[in-house]
Amino acid sequence: MKINNLSTTRWVGLGLLLVVLVVLVLLPTITEGYLPVLVTDILKFVILTVAWVLFAAPTGYMSLATGAFYGLGFYIAAVFNGPVPFPIVIIIAGIAGFVVALLVGALTLRLRAAYFCIFTFALVLLISNVVLEVERLVTQTRGRFVETETVEAAYYAMLIIAVLTLVVAWLIRRSRHGLALQSIGEHEEAAAHSGINVTRTKVLVFAVSSVFMGMAGAIIATRRAYIDPGIAFSMNNTFLPVLMAMFGGMGNLLGPVIGAAIFTYIGELLLTRFPDLYMLIFGVVLILAILFMPNGILGLGQQIWAKLRGGRRAPA
Amino acid sequence: MHLLEGEGVCKNFGGLAAVSEVDFYVDEGEIVGLIGPNGAGKTTLFNLISAALKPKPGKIIYKGRDITPLPAYKICRMGIARTFQTVKIFANVPVLRNVMVGSLFGTGKHMSSSEAQKKAQEALDFVGLASLKDTLAGDLTLAQQKRLELARALASDPELLLLDEIMAGLTPTEVAEAMEAITQIRSRGVTVIMIEHVMQAIMKISDRIIVLDYGKKIAEGTPAEMAANPKVIEVYLGEECDA
Repeated sequence: MKINNLSTTRWVGLGLLLVVLVVLVLLPTITEGYLPVLVTDILKFVILTVAWVLFAAPTGYMSLATGAFYGLGFYIAAVFNGPVPFPIVIIIAGIAGFVVALLVGALTLRLRAAYFCIFTFALVLLISNVVLEVERLVTQTRGRFVETETVEAAYYAMLIIAVLTLVVAWLIRRSRHGLALQSIGEHEEAAAHSGINVTRTKVLVFAVSSVFMGMAGAIIATRRAYIDPGIAFSMNNTFLPVLMAMFGGMGNLLGPVIGAAIFTYIGELLLTRFPDLYMLIFGVVLILAILFMPNGILGLGQQIWAKLRGGRRAPA
Repeated sequence: MHLLEGEGVCKNFGGLAAVSEVDFYVDEGEIVGLIGPNGAGKTTLFNLISAALKPKPGKIIYKGRDITPLPAYKICRMGIARTFQTVKIFANVPVLRNVMVGSLFGTGKHMSSSEAQKKAQEALDFVGLASLKDTLAGDLTLAQQKRLELARALASDPELLLLDEIMAGLTPTEVAEAMEAITQIRSRGVTVIMIEHVMQAIMKISDRIIVLDYGKKIAEGTPAEMAANPKVIEVYLGEECDA
């Protein structure tokens, strides 16, 4: 009975996933204009949030460098898109994210979590300022132009990378690296003395998560036409994924996805309806969410579900 | 050749010499007891052997190889496993997965996840936690958590096991069980070094005892010799005085 229940929920879940995927694939052919653009933005935040959660949730290392790798993708697109085909540009952006994260990780992941957090935050400012100075002194420009892609091209690229991010995050969670990451988060010393190469595991997964951040940046950049360091390395892209992950819940991968989707949509809604009050309402919503949903929207959902079922079965 | 050897091992914390110029050895198949008052440097010595800390100066030699520069995870994969004075389990991870960390990463061999699971299961059977394998480790009692740590260490296939006060806080029955377990571990060919304050236990099962005081080795020998050694008695019972 119990097993039956479990497999039915699993099939329903799988079916739902498939429906969502089909709708997403067909979306640009059904409507055009605003909706695909909005969904591209949602998918971008899904990528950033899931990639951030992939590393931060199990290890407890709060990276604030998301914006750095994302912005790096912007500049890769500015430099390469046009002469180099769009898919290759995305791959280059991913590699760039990986390499930079590898270097940064090797330098900083020996630090304790709080110092790591501060360093990664500074990294965004550092890269942003270096790019600004290079533009001022070397190329003597302010910002750059990016060869644009169509709405559809950007949409499908983002959808593919979002699916890829989710698949990789799911595989890592299930693999031995997932267990290693969790052990590191719980007791780094015990993990090391049980044979886990703590530094290598952290650096590698940090670098993998940065691949997707770089890729998302490269795709969005092709819809911007003009970019400068302020746009590319905006702090929003660092902090919003963290808030979205908290909002959705970090217990599994569905939480960050739902968090990113709802959050982006609410943000968009507030920005268009109440442009002046946008930040104020956003802040209140966020505080309420953290106060009343400590396990995110998904945690709240599970709680309500458990109550509705009269506590016949403990929540999973 | 000794299984493990320390040469002039020192460790200072600021101006305090936690361990100073300690020479020691452990032979294969022995149970060696490490005793001494609080702050004598016993746990520091364990940390030096398992590479949580690096001796300065000094050398740790394992199977004839200088392992001083190696990182902790490599020491574990070479066959030196340990438990901690204050338990360090992965609280939000189920019991079986806790032990699988040892078998997946600690043996130094590539393990498929089914092999690792089998090994973890065996270790859990040995410490008597098999029925709790799906419980979150944080929900176990302290005595169970200590057994879990032992299982995790055993799952990494150690040749040398460092047990740091594994009997502290246990009831007399549990102490007896722990002693039985340690004797069995030795009979499987695992060498054991143990730190313990439960005197009747350590005196009974150790082949040899090393006594530390203020970071220095003050005596070494069989339990009977140590019980009669005036220096050891002085450290434990205070100086004798003529009234």
